[in-house]
Amino acid sequence: MIAHSIFFYTFSIIAIVSAIMVTASKNTVHSVFFLILDFISISCLFIMIGAEFLGMIMLIVYVGAVAVLFLFVVMMLNVAQQKNQWFSSEASSKHIPVGLIISTLIFVELIIVVGGWKYKPDLFDINNSLGLAKVSNTHSLGQVLYTDYIHVFQISGMILLVAMIGAIVLTFRKRVGVKTQSYIKQISRERSDGVSVLNVESNKGVKIDD
Amino acid sequence: MEYLSILFDQIYKILFLLVPVLVSVAMVVWLDRRVWAFVQKRQGPNVVGPFGLLQTIADALKYIFKEIIIPSSSNKVIFILAPIVTMTLALIAWAVIPFSATQVLADINVGILYLFAVSSLGVYGIIMGGWASNSKYPFLGAIRSAAQMVSYEVSIGVIIINVLLCVGSLNLNDIVIAQQNLWFVIPLFPMFVIFFISALAETNRPPFDLPEAEAELVAGYQTEYSGMMYAMFWLGEYANILLMCAMGAILFLGGWLSPLEIYPFTLVPGPVWLVLKILLLFLLFALVKAIVPRYRYDQLMKLGWKVFLPLSLIWVVLTASYLFYFNLLPVN
Repeated sequence: MIAHSIFFYTFSIIAIVSAIMVTASKNTVHSVFFLILDFISISCLFIMIGAEFLGMIMLIVYVGAVAVLFLFVVMMLNVAQQKNQWFSSEASSKHIPVGLIISTLIFVELIIVVGGWKYKPDLFDINNSLGLAKVSNTHSLGQVLYTDYIHVFQISGMILLVAMIGAIVLTFRKRVGVKTQSYIKQISRERSDGVSVLNVESNKGVKIDD
Repeated sequence: MEYLSILFDQIYKILFLLVPVLVSVAMVVWLDRRVWAFVQKRQGPNVVGPFGLLQTIADALKYIFKEIIIPSSSNKVIFILAPIVTMTLALIAWAVIPFSATQVLADINVGILYLFAVSSLGVYGIIMGGWASNSKYPFLGAIRSAAQMVSYEVSIGVIIINVLLCVGSLNLNDIVIAQQNLWFVIPLFPMFVIFFISALAETNRPPFDLPEAEAELVAGYQTEYSGMMYAMFWLGEYANILLMCAMGAILFLGGWLSPLEIYPFTLVPGPVWLVLKILLLFLLFALVKAIVPRYRYDQLMKLGWKVFLPLSLIWVVLTASYLFYFNLLPVN
């Protein structure tokens, strides 16, 4: 058990410190790297409590995809400069109290939710009676997610899909005058479309404009 | 004392795995160059050691004794961290590769997810190196590579789902054992082809080596690196390629299983079969490098998102319906 608690405290300290560093560090790209470190240590904590599937999904989805896009955007936009300007301008003094109020609200809500959390009453009984405890946690997650919570699961999937399509629609614009490659056009092009043999009369030449 | 003995036991096992992996990375670099030369009717490295086998070791020695130059305007911590991240990620993934039913360092339940997660983290080494160099070409290379690797990961993930549908477990040993009668390369052949091409893109191999396209970007994200740090990028890349080959061998070619379960084949131990399959896939990687010209960037993106992703998604639906209709779904 000693090794277990050593690992637990190491990962949780890293998680908390890097979460603080996300907001504290001056350089925005460093903030994103600290965010990634935070995700990784949290997925380690997930693995430590036996939720190996969640831990791995956390790594794949958040670290492998979402954080890469974060990094992408932050590197491209040069947010660091804007952030420093914003902190020194007077706009910051107006916005900081609002931010504080919102974050306090969220914190209080979290405390209420976590404090009033109730497990499904027959959760542990089902596990014991059906022998689900021996099943790996990927299986048991699937058995709950695709039976009891199938509608919630489907709806959340639809919401994500709508968000994705919305993002695509917002950024999509038809550009005029851009040359694009059309494979069908390329492949179906014949010799007769491009080459024609002309009889050039001496001292007159030909017009080859079109 | 008990902890110490467990610790030493594990370290011994890890070394027993990592040293062969590192040696084979060195050999594989040599093999890659020889195959490349063979296709182009050249000799390739054939001077250092027998058949030039020690060429990579000579190269590595050269890199070790070279000066490490760190650009003055670079972000030093991240600049130094980047090759370390690449190398580490390329090596930790080997922990879950099963060499036989019992010879596996960590036989975890979600082995395939672990492999997928580690290979998707590989992009960080490149993007960190490119950004920290604080120079145009490395940055462009890093941005290209991030977009490319994220795109092709998606189709690799969907292909893995195909295999998992047939297996019903995320454990790598279960995946191998499920192929006892029929390797997945036969029923899922189109997926194997897409996996192979996506693996080429995921490891930045030609014809998808746009992040380091020398005609456009000097050397991409590696431009500012020198000495041992460059060598770590280079070896990490090859370790990643070997890892993708191992993943392909486990998912589609039956891992450590022998091709036929009859007398002369069963004499050969499992690890040998796995190594042979990895080598076969690596030969394909090397041949593709020599034969195919580089893609244009928009074609690369089109291929990933508009061809591979829909195709593999359709195949998931097909596999699932087939298994469901004939009541073959692996339920336990």
